[in-house]
Amino acid sequence: MALSSSSPSSLPRSHPALRSPGERRALHAPQQERRVGQKRWPVLRRNLTGYLFLLPALLIFALFVWYPIVLGFVMSFQNVDMINPASWVGLLNYRRVFSDPLFGVAWRNTLEYTIYALIFGFVVPIVLALLVNEMRHGKGYFRLAFYLPVMLSPIVSVFLWRWIYNPDSGLLNALLNLVHLPGGLWLENPNSALPALMVVSTWYNAGATMLIYLAALQGVPSSLYEAAEMDGSNLWQRLWHITLPTIRPIMLLMLILQIVATMQVFTEPFTITGGGPQNATMSVVLLIYNYAFQDADFGGASALGVILFLVLAVFALIYMRMTRRAMEGS
Amino acid sequence: MARLLDDSPDQISESRVRTRGTSSTETAERTLVSPLALKRPGGRFLYWLVFALLLVSTLTTIGPLYWMFSGGLKSSIEIFQTPPTFWPLHPIWDNYVQAWNILQLPVYFVNTLILAAGAVILQLLVSATAAYALAKLRVVGKNIIQFAFFATLMVPPIVYLIPQFVNINDLPLIHVSLFNNWAGVWLPEAASAFNILLLKSFFDGIPAELTDAARLDGANAWQMFTRVILPLSRPVLAVVTIFTIIASWKDFLWPLLVLADSNLQPLTVGLYHLNGVNSNLPFNYLIAGLALASIPPILVFLILQRQIIRGINLTGLKG
Repeated sequence: MALSSSSPSSLPRSHPALRSPGERRALHAPQQERRVGQKRWPVLRRNLTGYLFLLPALLIFALFVWYPIVLGFVMSFQNVDMINPASWVGLLNYRRVFSDPLFGVAWRNTLEYTIYALIFGFVVPIVLALLVNEMRHGKGYFRLAFYLPVMLSPIVSVFLWRWIYNPDSGLLNALLNLVHLPGGLWLENPNSALPALMVVSTWYNAGATMLIYLAALQGVPSSLYEAAEMDGSNLWQRLWHITLPTIRPIMLLMLILQIVATMQVFTEPFTITGGGPQNATMSVVLLIYNYAFQDADFGGASALGVILFLVLAVFALIYMRMTRRAMEGS
Repeated sequence: MARLLDDSPDQISESRVRTRGTSSTETAERTLVSPLALKRPGGRFLYWLVFALLLVSTLTTIGPLYWMFSGGLKSSIEIFQTPPTFWPLHPIWDNYVQAWNILQLPVYFVNTLILAAGAVILQLLVSATAAYALAKLRVVGKNIIQFAFFATLMVPPIVYLIPQFVNINDLPLIHVSLFNNWAGVWLPEAASAFNILLLKSFFDGIPAELTDAARLDGANAWQMFTRVILPLSRPVLAVVTIFTIIASWKDFLWPLLVLADSNLQPLTVGLYHLNGVNSNLPFNYLIAGLALASIPPILVFLILQRQIIRGINLTGLKG
């Protein structure tokens, strides 16, 4: 509002907003001469206007992104318990974090989470999208049915699945018994707890990823299929040489995004298993949470955050390079 | 981008023609499987086999949802029965009424709505103004500012979760605490480099002729923003709005940390605490509550399906 009151009166005089050569030509000559003398002022005011528009974002980013990022690095070298004033401790936090046996466990588990994310989370949506895209009937129903879990609240999804996995009253063992297969202690067994959580995560997220692939499949030119068919190619050859290469950029992007997201896994282990049994589902972010909110060790938690950042930054860089290439390509 | 721009008012007629054109080709659209193969008996058999397989696999998503809604109808004894019943023996519809009241679902729903509304308003305000300045106004140091915004795309908020928590408990310089305050959720969320990127690339696509014409008519920067840029950007603003609402609806960890007062908590946090060790909530009420909490988002998706899918197409391709 302050902006609109400042300029209209002065606009006809100085034309600060005009800049392209085409517009200048449209102006009357006398005005153009006057502009030369007042060139400085419009430039200043143009910048002022621009910065007024940028101000909300600059303030919010400074206070809630840039500052906390810097603070995280600072806190990782400090002893912070949020009661006493922070004190410098050098590399002590890092040394403590590295010597914590849970550090290795959490990273090994996170790697395992990532492997399962590749097996379930990466492959399932691609297969679903390829099959649903071929359907001449009920496409809308399939899209809806596979997408439904995505809309649920994450807490609904995790509580529902904790009940489904229940050895006695759960749906999974009941179904297995129905076909005379032995049930399992899915969440109580350290070997099956982690994959069980990744099944929940895939169930919850696969629909969204499938829709992205369905969109990408629309971009495969039908002329390519027709030409390949003329040349006598079979279904698998077309899939291998036309479909998959065309959606490969999206596949690579989703791969990186899913790896980065899986390395931040928190809600499932936090709410379903609490990191157990025997720390078999402890993830790096859950460890950060426990450092801060169980042990009030905010310095150690920040050090862990910095380490996680360095690992994720590698993937983020790959991701940035790939997006740039994908954008240039399109 | 170009596809979205087609929806601008002065090009409606053109886009209508084009959609009619594409929809007619869509019925004959060519996919991996050739139409000829589908006419052969073997091909038809395979097609219906895959169709049946897909139909069965939708049970993996519909099944658990059915399990939840039917579980909410069971008595507290039946729900723990081994083996469980697939069909409630004596459906108790009153469970849903009880859950609605005991779980204080109305409070949590209202809180969720308020948090989402605030997030939308703040995100649109912060992202659209910044994107407009970067796309259409020439400012000194634009490249540096742009880099400072977009570089944060590489830093997932979770890595500065802990310093952020310390930060909002005691903001620098002004020493205000946003703990137990909705602003503590709204303000950090408002910083979205992704939204700025999305909006900026859309604003970049708005033809210079339109903004130049407005300028010749004497419009200042603010008028150009509100009367030219924003009305033309309705499709992308809708996308940002929908995704902000979804993100806010799913937000769990941050509101869990910031909002300790149960009168302020959104549904995710409220439901989480309801199932805590200390709560002696009957399990069938909890399940009925989960089912009730799932109805609004499912309804919203059914209503906004097209917009959501379009948004996914747009952002999915953007990465």
